[in-house]
Amino acid sequence: MLTKKILMSAVLALSSLSLLSVSHDSFALSAEEQKGLDISLEAKKRDLGWQDSTADMLMLLRNKQGQESIREIKMKSLEVLNDGDKSLTIFNKPRDVKGTAFLSFSHPVDADDQWLFLPALKRVKRISSRNKSGPFMGSEFAFEDLSSFEVEKYAYKYLGVDELNGVTNFKVEQYPVDENSGYTRRIVWIDTKEYLVHKIDFYDRKDSLLKTLTFTDYKQYLAKHWRADTQEMINHQNGKSTELKWANYHFKTGLSDSDFNRNSLKRAR
Amino acid sequence: MQFFSDARLSSSTNIKLKQSVMAIATCAGILLSNALSTNAMASDIAFEASGNIALEQRYFFEDALYPTQLNRSQTSLSVEPELYWQWNNGDDSVIFTPFYRVDSQDSQRTHGDIRELAYVHASDDWELRLGIRKEFWGVTEFQHLVDVINQTDGVEDFDGEDKLGQQMVNLSMVNDWGIVDVFLLPGFRERTYAGEEGRLRGPFVVDEDNVNYESSAGKQHLDLALRWAHSIGDYDLGAYWFHGTNREAYLSPSSNNTLQPTLQQYYSQMDQLGVDVQATLGDWLWKFEGIHRSTSLEDFWATQAGFEYSFVGVFESNIDLGLLMEHSWDSRGEVALGAQGSLMQNDLFVGARLAFNDMQSSELLMGFGSDLDHNAFSFLIEANRRFGDNFIVTFDVRLLQSNDENDLLYTLSNDDHAQLSVAWYF
Repeated sequence: MLTKKILMSAVLALSSLSLLSVSHDSFALSAEEQKGLDISLEAKKRDLGWQDSTADMLMLLRNKQGQESIREIKMKSLEVLNDGDKSLTIFNKPRDVKGTAFLSFSHPVDADDQWLFLPALKRVKRISSRNKSGPFMGSEFAFEDLSSFEVEKYAYKYLGVDELNGVTNFKVEQYPVDENSGYTRRIVWIDTKEYLVHKIDFYDRKDSLLKTLTFTDYKQYLAKHWRADTQEMINHQNGKSTELKWANYHFKTGLSDSDFNRNSLKRAR
Repeated sequence: MQFFSDARLSSSTNIKLKQSVMAIATCAGILLSNALSTNAMASDIAFEASGNIALEQRYFFEDALYPTQLNRSQTSLSVEPELYWQWNNGDDSVIFTPFYRVDSQDSQRTHGDIRELAYVHASDDWELRLGIRKEFWGVTEFQHLVDVINQTDGVEDFDGEDKLGQQMVNLSMVNDWGIVDVFLLPGFRERTYAGEEGRLRGPFVVDEDNVNYESSAGKQHLDLALRWAHSIGDYDLGAYWFHGTNREAYLSPSSNNTLQPTLQQYYSQMDQLGVDVQATLGDWLWKFEGIHRSTSLEDFWATQAGFEYSFVGVFESNIDLGLLMEHSWDSRGEVALGAQGSLMQNDLFVGARLAFNDMQSSELLMGFGSDLDHNAFSFLIEANRRFGDNFIVTFDVRLLQSNDENDLLYTLSNDDHAQLSVAWYF
């Protein structure tokens, strides 16, 4: 697995440098790798053109004993062509972090640019985006699980088809390109009809199964863009789980670059 | 908008609120056509109320050094509600954040303030902010050298991070080459100091009724500030010019009362240039703040520079460990107590921050500061954790030591203390 990852990053590094006379054919993808990549490209392509979106997110954190804790969050996103998307995350609950806001310019391969607004001090802090494997707000979601999907973030391998709740899915293995990822690989179930993700298995750095994320209640917006209303992440190793409930999805609301800068971060609500 | 709790208001108070919001907007002279033109505005007003109430208990490990000071224990209660209205889809908003603290011992610490009472109008590439507000500048952690707009609410806490609300007109313009902020600051706020009964002060009490200004306009001097801030790749840059009343008073013994000497405050005029830079390079944050201040009494330079390095997921857990180191320098060098100068003329600070990333957002911060010119140090621990959904418990310990009689820390060397606070957020 690791060699695979190193090889893939080497391919990226070398092809971007284009310094070697070695034929690229020697790095050609196998049929499984090509098919895995093609499926992910198709999934990304089918969702292109959403421009911008706003949505409310409710996070329910549950521990082994079944105790619950709630996070209430509002998200604004802007589609950026030829780069990663921009997003503004605004916290409403727990109450002590109310008014805290998080601005992120994601990039397919380079580190994301991230700023945090701390309302008590009125301080905008640029933060390191290296910590992608850490938990988001104490939940079972890592920061990287919530960032936008960019094809360049992974290397791929097609594993075959699999039935999931009566729906035929492609099973694709994804290997994170970034060495700071908390995972060695993810196995993703993508249905063959709409190319929607229905399930992801996450394998930790020791390559044991860590978490499973399932997507349910898909709804289609503007006759094109599918979003799951419910996402449930179960951690197999610590017995905790986190449920995400999405509501009030709106697309093409007219957001622009000016809604994703330091000033908008400071007044975000 | 499910996050806005309109339901909390009965319909009649709702109308009153809308009227008062209209009144505030009109009084402020904001007749921006897009802000007030549509009738839809009133029906789109969203209101939110939030805030916190905190109970704080301080315990000093030693008896007071000066006779009128409280002895060991100090209790206080603070309230800070925040009322917020927005309309035009958030492009117009009004915020009101009053604050009040009652202290069991120090009459000067029993005080109130309007932290914020401001109207903000946001357009695509500019923003107008009017009223009483708080504005923070800077990147470092152990000293906030470039942060100059708001006066320090000195009685609040030892770290100087609490600020008094500042009246302002602020126009902020977003350009491809950075954000430019223009500030007009009418009305100066005097710093708050511990009273006779208060600990964490020197031998003489600062007299709040004996205040002099260099400007003949006194408190009414109109201060100006111009700031540029921009992010270029991994670098966040800021630079500003400030012209107006020095936020730091020159303190000198008063001759009014020889039996019980006090310190009188003198606020000079100053011109200050400031720069702040942060480079965010992988796990490293490199930070620099520098100022040049020019007053009729002195000219000097000062810097605060250092780094923060993060280890993600230490001990095979979810815990993040951040290591911090910063150095303070001031061109005035070491100064005698009572003379003008900075306590942080050649000081080194190291710190460690543990973020547990758990459901309760538990955090532990430790810091150690040392004066490299003579033997003085400070040590602090700050731990906090959420209990239930709405309570935050914070525990602090601060130890201060110096063997140099000229050092302010020497006058505070009996003031080592622990502080426990329980805050309820609503």
